[in-house]
Amino acid sequence: MRRAALILLPYSWLLALFLIPFLIVLKISVSDTALAIPPYTPTLDLSEGWAGLKAFFAQLDFDNFRFLATDDLYWKAYLSSLKIAVTSTFLTLLVAYPIAYGMARAPDEWRPTLMMLVILPFWSSFLIRVYSWKAILAQEGLLNQFLMWIGVIDTPLMILNTTTAVYIGIVYTYLPFMILPIYAGLERLDGSLLEAAEDLGCTRLQAFWLVTFPLSRGGIIAGCFLVFIPVMGEFVIPALLGGSDTLMIGKVLWEEFFSNRDWPVASAVAVILLLLLIVPIVLYLRNEEKQREAGA
Amino acid sequence: MRRISWFNATSLTVGFAFLYLPMVILVIYSFNESRLVTVWAGFSTKWYGELLRNEAFLDAAWVTLRVAVVSSTLATILGTAAAYVLIRAGRFPGRTLFSGMMYAPLVMPDVILGLSLLLLFISIGLDRGMVTIILAHTTFCMAYVAVVVSSRLATFDQSLEEAALDLGCTPWDAFRSVTLPIIAPAVISGWLLGFTLSLDDLVIASFTSGPSSTTLPIKIFSAVRLGVSPEINALSSILIGMVTIGVITFSISSKRAIVRRQKEENQAN
Repeated sequence: MRRAALILLPYSWLLALFLIPFLIVLKISVSDTALAIPPYTPTLDLSEGWAGLKAFFAQLDFDNFRFLATDDLYWKAYLSSLKIAVTSTFLTLLVAYPIAYGMARAPDEWRPTLMMLVILPFWSSFLIRVYSWKAILAQEGLLNQFLMWIGVIDTPLMILNTTTAVYIGIVYTYLPFMILPIYAGLERLDGSLLEAAEDLGCTRLQAFWLVTFPLSRGGIIAGCFLVFIPVMGEFVIPALLGGSDTLMIGKVLWEEFFSNRDWPVASAVAVILLLLLIVPIVLYLRNEEKQREAGA
Repeated sequence: MRRISWFNATSLTVGFAFLYLPMVILVIYSFNESRLVTVWAGFSTKWYGELLRNEAFLDAAWVTLRVAVVSSTLATILGTAAAYVLIRAGRFPGRTLFSGMMYAPLVMPDVILGLSLLLLFISIGLDRGMVTIILAHTTFCMAYVAVVVSSRLATFDQSLEEAALDLGCTPWDAFRSVTLPIIAPAVISGWLLGFTLSLDDLVIASFTSGPSSTTLPIKIFSAVRLGVSPEINALSSILIGMVTIGVITFSISSKRAIVRRQKEENQAN
């Protein structure tokens, strides 16, 4: 009896505030835009019972999705988000791996401190960390001042308000998400495996490539999903660092909702984004389940 | 002791410089006399003064703090229950759906979560305000609490609980007197994580807040969008400082607790 109550408490919360909201988004994405409050039709009137349900399905249409398909703003934004997410996941991996590797090979007594240093930015504001790059990347900003001072460039580079700035911002803010799972994998690595590989005639590089790297694959996969999925819907970074040429679907959804107040189209944008992400999300959850079983 | 190679030393140095330099620069420039962020015009604390006179920021900070305390507390209760159910309750109908819903908010883009919750609140006729932000924050914070608590639950010896049950404890007693003390550090870190996530959230709060309840990130975002403002530098520095002090205090005290426990165990042996 108690067990049922214990299960029911978080279960019903998640159903009510996680699953049902998605169903509502799905419903509104097939509604018409209307100048009313709430600004869409049809409305599902369950008090009318079967007739209400029938009326709801009779009014159902996929105009919003057809609209998304005809206006090339949307599919360009999806494609550009996909490109930015893939590229920045790869860049984050390139930056994170040496750091995670260095941490895992550091003396034992350093590790808790290094771990703390990676987690610390997690606790401080995401918004502020993105914002701190504005002063660095601006036309008259510190990076340009520095580059001109050492004589690499003569005229300031335009970095802020370009897609490059968005990449820098993404790699910077998502770096801990990549470092931590890779580090967790590398730390568990049995050092004797590497010794065995070297005894058997591997060079250090070969040992890394044949032993260390494959064994850290679980962490790499987890890290890539943890970066890729949220970046697909990223809004803050392109809004603060990107310019008008950086097209991302999270930004489109935001503007559709807050500036155009077109809720059905915003919902349709969200539904397609969710459809694009379902496969990676399911793969990520599976990977986690597998890691948990392996760890337990 | 193993020596660190030059390659590892370089990658750690460069990596941590990349992680911390922007924040250090931000803090330094918060003491800049000039309104321009890129020109140093002498040391000054005037932006801190301006900030403390800015009531809009102070009000927003107060709303944010209350939301964070309530939603991280709710999230800790629900998340701990969820972790317990996942690790201990065995099979039950809809278990896969449950664990999927539990972990999905960790990766789900904020815009989707925010939009869907907003549409829920509107369709049930709940006015947007602090309550709706709290409900939304509780939902996504409980996933983080559940992850932290479930990893702790999975690694500790279940036979301790079984022993308590054999000795006549009710399941609730066993949970309270055996399980809870053992998982307490994870529950506390879960609460802290939920608290900071709630303080930090911009996107979900933007969708679920009403006109009377603006949170600090929403205020900061609208100020920052207009350009770089020295008041925000001061505010950011205060936030960074508080987080640093909080995290360092917490890690020192938890380290002490571990040392103490080890000593006790040594004495017991």
